[in-house]
Amino acid sequence: MTTDDREIRQTLAKALTELADKDDRIVVLDADLMSCHATKCFKEAHPDRFFNVGIAEQNMIGVAAGMATMGKIPFAYSFAPFATRRCYDQIFISVAYSGLNVKIVGSEPGVAAEANGGTHMPFEDMAIMRAIPKMVCFEPTDATMMEKALPQIVNHPSAVYVRMFRKKAAKIYDETLDFKLGKAIELKDGKDVTLMASGIMVERALQAADILAEQGISAAVVNVHTWKPIDVEAVKKAAAATGAIVTCENHNVYGGLGSAVAEVVVRECPVPMQTVGINDEFGQVGKNAYLSEVYHITANDIVAAAQKTISMKK
Amino acid sequence: MEASQSEFLTAKARQLRDDVIQTIGTFGVGHIGGSLSVIDALTVVYYSKAKNLDPKNPRKQDRDRIIMSKGHAGPAMYAVLADLGYFPKEWLGTLNKNGTNLPSHCDMRKTPGIDMTAGSLGQGLSVGVGMALAAKLDKNPATVYCFIGDGEAQEGQIWEASMLAGSRKLDNLIVFLDYNKMQLDGRVCDINDLEPVADKWTSFGFFVQDIDGHDLDAISTAIDNAKKSGKANMIILNTVKGKGASFAESAANCHSMTITEQMWRKETGRYDA
Repeated sequence: MTTDDREIRQTLAKALTELADKDDRIVVLDADLMSCHATKCFKEAHPDRFFNVGIAEQNMIGVAAGMATMGKIPFAYSFAPFATRRCYDQIFISVAYSGLNVKIVGSEPGVAAEANGGTHMPFEDMAIMRAIPKMVCFEPTDATMMEKALPQIVNHPSAVYVRMFRKKAAKIYDETLDFKLGKAIELKDGKDVTLMASGIMVERALQAADILAEQGISAAVVNVHTWKPIDVEAVKKAAAATGAIVTCENHNVYGGLGSAVAEVVVRECPVPMQTVGINDEFGQVGKNAYLSEVYHITANDIVAAAQKTISMKK
Repeated sequence: MEASQSEFLTAKARQLRDDVIQTIGTFGVGHIGGSLSVIDALTVVYYSKAKNLDPKNPRKQDRDRIIMSKGHAGPAMYAVLADLGYFPKEWLGTLNKNGTNLPSHCDMRKTPGIDMTAGSLGQGLSVGVGMALAAKLDKNPATVYCFIGDGEAQEGQIWEASMLAGSRKLDNLIVFLDYNKMQLDGRVCDINDLEPVADKWTSFGFFVQDIDGHDLDAISTAIDNAKKSGKANMIILNTVKGKGASFAESAANCHSMTITEQMWRKETGRYDA
C-alpha cells in the first residue's frame, strides 16, 4: 500500500472552497486551529465566509447553529476532542435537538494525535456523537473518499460529524471509487471471517488479510466508513458469508464501531465477533506505530482476533 | 412614545401577564417568576419594535429574530405568539400536557414563531451572535433580540459569546438581561454575584443601558438608542421576579411554583374563562 500524495485536510479544504464558489450557503468556522486544518485557502477565496471565533468551541457551535437558522451550511472545525466532548451539550441541544444543519469536523482521531497526547487523543468521539439522535458519523479513509463524500455531506439535510485524519493516509481508493454515505465498501472477498474496518485501520485490516491468507484463512475486508447510520445490510451480508466478524477501529471499543456492528449482529445475525480497538484506556504521547502496539490495534492484533473469532464458530 | 401607544402597550402587557398566569395555572405548576419579569420587554419588542414579523409566515427571511435564551420563560413567549396569531389561543391550555406543541422550554421544532430552541442555559446568545453575523453577511436588515437570564449569565458560554459580539461590533444584536436578582436556589448576589454587571458588558465592548425593566417607555427608548449605538448592545432590565402576580411577588422564591385554579382566577379576575 502506498501513502496518499494528498493530505485529507488539504483535500477537504480545497473541495469546500470550490463548492463554496457555487454555493454561498457554505461557511467555515474554526476555533484557532485554522493553520492545522489548512483552511487558509477557504479564507483567501471567501474571506467574508470564514469565521475564526477564537478558542471558544462551545460558542463556535452556537454561532454555527445561529448561522444554520439563517440558511447557512456551517462547517465547524476543531481537534476531535474539542469539536465533540468540549461542546457536547451545545451540539446536542443547539444543533441536533434544534434540528439544525451544522457539519462538525473533528481532526486527529485516536492515536493520530501522537505528540499532543492524552488530552488531545479522542478514543470516544464517535461513541458520544453516535449517542446523539440522527447524527451522521463518518470517518473518511483517504483523500479520495473525503473528496467524494463532501458533496453528500453538504447535501445531507441535517448534522454530520466528520472524524478526520488530517495528514496523508494510506491510499486505498482511486477515482473509480463509487462512494455513498452510509454504504460500506467491500474491499476484499473472503469466506472465513470478515474484517470490518474504518479510518487508519483499513490499511491494517488489508495487511491482516494478507497475513491470514498465508495461514490459509480467507478474510473479507469491508470499509465501514459511516458508523451511523450503520450499514445493516453489509453487516448481515458479512455474517451470512463468513460467519465471523472482527471490527477494527482507532477508537475505544465501548460505543464505537465494534458496538455499532455488534448491535446489528445480536439483533439480526448472531455470529462470533471480536472487537479490535482501544480497550477502556486514556491516550498518551507517542508515535502512531508505537501507540498502536501499546493499545493493540496493529495488523497482528487483527490477525489474532480473527483466529479467535474463527475458533468460536460452531 | 406617544400616549396612545403607551396606553396600548400597558394594556397589552397586563393582558399578556394574565395569559401567562392562566396558562401556567391551568397546568398547575411552572416558571411563573421569570416569565412575568420579562413580559414587559417582550411586549415592547413584539408589539412596537420588531420588523417584518408575519404570524402566517413565521420563517420569513428578513424578519427580526427573537431568542428566549432563558428558555424556561417559554410561557411568556407562548402568550405573545398566541396573541399575535402564530397559533390558536386554545393551545395555551395544552402547556406541558402530553403531545403539546408548547413545552416548558422553547422549542423551535414544535412552536410556530419560536426562532431558537433553548433550555440548556447559556446557549442562546451564541446562536444570536451567529444570526447577527449571518445577517451581516447576507445584508439582511434583521435585528437580533436575545433575552438572557441573570442566573444564566453565570454560564461561561455567555461570556464567550459576549466577547465575540463585542469584538465584532455586532450592532444588529440587542441583548436583554432580565435582572430580577433571583435564581432557582436564591438570590443571585448570594450564589454567584454578577456585579458590577454593567461594567462587565461595557468592558466586553457593548453599549450598555441600565433601565427599569418594567418601564415600557424606558424599554422603547433603550431599543431606539441601541439601534444607533454602532456596537453590540446590552440592555439591563432591572426587574422583579413574578412581577404583576401578587402571589408570586410575595413568595420567597417564585422561580417555579404551584398555582391553583383559585390563585390564577383571583389574580386575573377571569372567572368565566
